[in-house]
Amino acid sequence: MTVIDGTNGTTGAIALSEASPRDFFALLKPRVMSLVVFTALAGLVLAPGHINPFMGFIAILCIAVGAGASGALNMWYDADIDAVMTRTATRPIPAGRVSGEEALAFGLILSFFSVGILGLAINWVAAGILAFTIFFYAVIYTMWLKRWTSQNIVIGGAAGAFPPMIGWACVTGGVSIESIVLFLIIFLWTPAHFWALALFKMREYGAVGVPMLPNVAGEPATKRQILAYAVLTALIGIAPTMLGFASLGYGAVAGMLGLCLVWSSVGVLRMPDGDERMVPAKKLFGYSILYLFAIFTALMVDHLVAPLLAGLSGGL
Amino acid sequence: METVTLTEKQKKSRRGRNIALGVVLAGLVVIFYVITVVKFTTGTMPL
Repeated sequence: MTVIDGTNGTTGAIALSEASPRDFFALLKPRVMSLVVFTALAGLVLAPGHINPFMGFIAILCIAVGAGASGALNMWYDADIDAVMTRTATRPIPAGRVSGEEALAFGLILSFFSVGILGLAINWVAAGILAFTIFFYAVIYTMWLKRWTSQNIVIGGAAGAFPPMIGWACVTGGVSIESIVLFLIIFLWTPAHFWALALFKMREYGAVGVPMLPNVAGEPATKRQILAYAVLTALIGIAPTMLGFASLGYGAVAGMLGLCLVWSSVGVLRMPDGDERMVPAKKLFGYSILYLFAIFTALMVDHLVAPLLAGLSGGL
Repeated sequence: METVTLTEKQKKSRRGRNIALGVVLAGLVVIFYVITVVKFTTGTMPL
């Protein structure tokens, strides 16, 4: 009888996994997932019509798992560059806790389950958009755009913008102008958010050959484009009021939030080229996250409170 | 006959993965059951 030591790396042919459930959970990119859950919930709440609360929970769960699956597929494909950048070097695959094959299988299985259950339990329009979102993020963005063009996150940002549209489709079974506006808010917000990060991480992206805008077009051009997208985001932020599916109160809040986003971008524009600390860029990155949460929170609060206020004023 | 002796870390991580998988499977059973009940009670189950 031969006893083989299970110690990884000593036997060559046998490499037994030491991955914990926590490592697999980390493959799902939980922080990105929290944003996906929140924006999908917004789509679900804002959509006209009614969905059973438990079915609503299942819808959000499927969207979250689908987003997590695309995160796992992204980590599988990007393990080589993740290993080089300090921000991503501790992820489960480059750290050696999960193998690439395990991550790939995990991502594919979760993709099929999330899309299948969403289709069977809710509707196939929502499931179809979820499937397209996973494909767009894992294949179009990760495998193609990310290492090819400096506009990678502009086009790839669509993947992160789909969740509210999926949430909307879960209730209505379709796509409408309102859900497209929700999509555009995230789509136009992504470049300013991500390029702020790219500015203070540009050396790392440059080291691994990912053509982020600051490395390709330079800091001044990036700062100008950040400002341009911040202005577009601020404008689309007030579109729900202009189009009549949010109140003037929401419009005022969104306008203030948008002005702060533009002002933060102006701060980045004024930042001297070659600034080592990049404080305005870090501030913009932090504020952009707050902006998105605030905009969608304002939309949901407005949607829930406006009818109550209308009822009160009608009763007086 | 060949056997593999697991290290303590491998045993611990395998146990953790097994428990997590069990919890997920149990969760799926509950989810499918409740979805079926909801679909029947709301009349949205295709017959």
